[in-house]
Amino acid sequence: MKHHPPARRGSFRILEKTVHHLSESLEATLFAENTAQRPGLLQGIDPRVKVISLLLLVVTVALVQGLPFLGILYLIALALAALSRIPLGFFLKRTLVFIPLFTGVIALPAIFNVVSPGKPLIVLYDIGRPLSWGPIGLPQQLAITDTGITVSSRLILRVSASLSFTVLLLLTTRWASLLKALRVLGVPRVFVVILGMTYRYIYLLLHTVNTMFLARKSRTVGRLSAGEHRRWLTTTMGLMVDKSYTLSENVYQAMLSRGFRGEVSIMDTFALHRADIVWACITLAMATGIFMMDRL
Amino acid sequence: MHIPDGYLSPATSAVMYAACAPFWYLAGRKVKKLLTARMVPVLAIFSAFAFAVQMFNVPLPGGTTGHAIGATLLAIVLGPWAAVIGISMVLIVQALFFGDGGVTAIGANAFNMAVIGAFAGYFTYRLFAGSSPVSSRRHVIGAIAGSYLAANLSAFITALELGVQPILFRSAEGIPLYAPYGLNVAISAMMAGHLLIAGPIEAIVTGLVVAYLSRSHQHLFLASRLQNTNGTVRSFRPLWVGLGIIILLTPLGLLAPGTAWGEWGAEELQQIGLGFVPQGLERLAGLWPAPLTDYTVPGWGAELGYILSAILGAGIIVGIIWGVSKIVNKRERKSPVERSEG
Repeated sequence: MKHHPPARRGSFRILEKTVHHLSESLEATLFAENTAQRPGLLQGIDPRVKVISLLLLVVTVALVQGLPFLGILYLIALALAALSRIPLGFFLKRTLVFIPLFTGVIALPAIFNVVSPGKPLIVLYDIGRPLSWGPIGLPQQLAITDTGITVSSRLILRVSASLSFTVLLLLTTRWASLLKALRVLGVPRVFVVILGMTYRYIYLLLHTVNTMFLARKSRTVGRLSAGEHRRWLTTTMGLMVDKSYTLSENVYQAMLSRGFRGEVSIMDTFALHRADIVWACITLAMATGIFMMDRL
Repeated sequence: MHIPDGYLSPATSAVMYAACAPFWYLAGRKVKKLLTARMVPVLAIFSAFAFAVQMFNVPLPGGTTGHAIGATLLAIVLGPWAAVIGISMVLIVQALFFGDGGVTAIGANAFNMAVIGAFAGYFTYRLFAGSSPVSSRRHVIGAIAGSYLAANLSAFITALELGVQPILFRSAEGIPLYAPYGLNVAISAMMAGHLLIAGPIEAIVTGLVVAYLSRSHQHLFLASRLQNTNGTVRSFRPLWVGLGIIILLTPLGLLAPGTAWGEWGAEELQQIGLGFVPQGLERLAGLWPAPLTDYTVPGWGAELGYILSAILGAGIIVGIIWGVSKIVNKRERKSPVERSEG
């Protein structure tokens, strides 16, 4: 009798990975919606003021050059997270694990003298002269340099700090308010409406895809070859194109029957309070202060 | 390929936003003129579709997996202008709601993936597809060629943006402030990854989806809708001219805010342009066509040489595709079966 390998190996891994990926993004946004409703410092700020102030901080991170000042900006982000009652462990995981880790891998070769020439701090080897065998070469010396450390830590700090401010924005603002707040950045009204609909239908489509994957998984016995996988995946995508088209037609009819004529209006119910203005002044002062000190 | 915040200097980010602005503006106007109110749900739902597509892990022969961007696919179904808006929407949602890709880098990411992905992919596809019926295999071939080219062109432009950072933006002590790798490393690393992995995934996904759609859902092709309304598909020669202009302007636009060329000393050039390439990368770089790595113009900076060779390389690729598509078109026109179908 032919023995079938256990179902979790090989062929399923890709399906599982995708299902996992899908549920993870759904969960992440649901969690964000949850933290956005807790009482906290940033949650209480007017979304328009918050968008502008946090973007100002992201831009400051991009402009500042000194490592200590980048560190201060990162600490400010952590303090804001604590004041907004975001669990610190979660916040650190969210802002340090994904993109900064990836950046760390990218930044690693830059600590060596071969990318960043400078004063060697730790010499790994020194063979007196460069070696080469055909196209493959070995430099004379491999060392970790002061320049390399500066370059790499600057990149990682910068990436972490700017990501932190962005994540603060999305963790403390309900998506509906965030969308409306985009109007202050000059995003045309019709695009704000399309963005909002996109966000909503992402859930519907991800849910549909998730169901299709689970259905496929539960019907699959034995192994799928990579080719079968590709065919099934792309047929699903093709089907999704058709579904999306039909769905958009239905939605359009529904919009028409509710009186949509191509003009969009957004109900703005934001009101500025004294706290918002105080917050705006504080961020502006922090941003300019750090920027000026950095330039000195 | 999503560039996070911190890799690009504010100046480059601003230039990339500016590069995107005319495309966003024109796309908004084009789409409005095309179908007015009907386009609102179409764009929203197809953006959501593109978001979902990016979640699909597709296996490659050899065991790696990756995901497609879907810009060319969207352009084939909705047209390039709508695809620019759709993919830009995805990038904005990813940056603002999921923290994926930088907020200051939205302009750069949208230019690399949405604009280049939609236009380069769509023109190449149309060049192959011509005015053939949607059931013709030429649509599938066009989709494969278009998406492969678009993915690699996107990667190349991304690599240029990252690679000019250490040349243009350094601190007073001459230490790079943003992405630390020069053009040689950035281009070889990005191109190796995209020529061998990301490009083939994009091509497989786009090709198979288009093949599936051409079998059973022919009404979903923009081409079939155009054929139904006007009887003919409009000439796309002006679009080619546009693509050529994009290719020519992008690298120049990137360098525009930089310092004068002469300010770089020979020693500095040695450090940034022609420094050591890590072994693995150097081996991979061997896969890159030779004239592109060695090409420098005497008397000009090495970087300008890279840019020129980039334009040359892009020109060669465009030329080859143009030639092949001419041959395919001619052969199809001669075939009596095709003629009776069309």
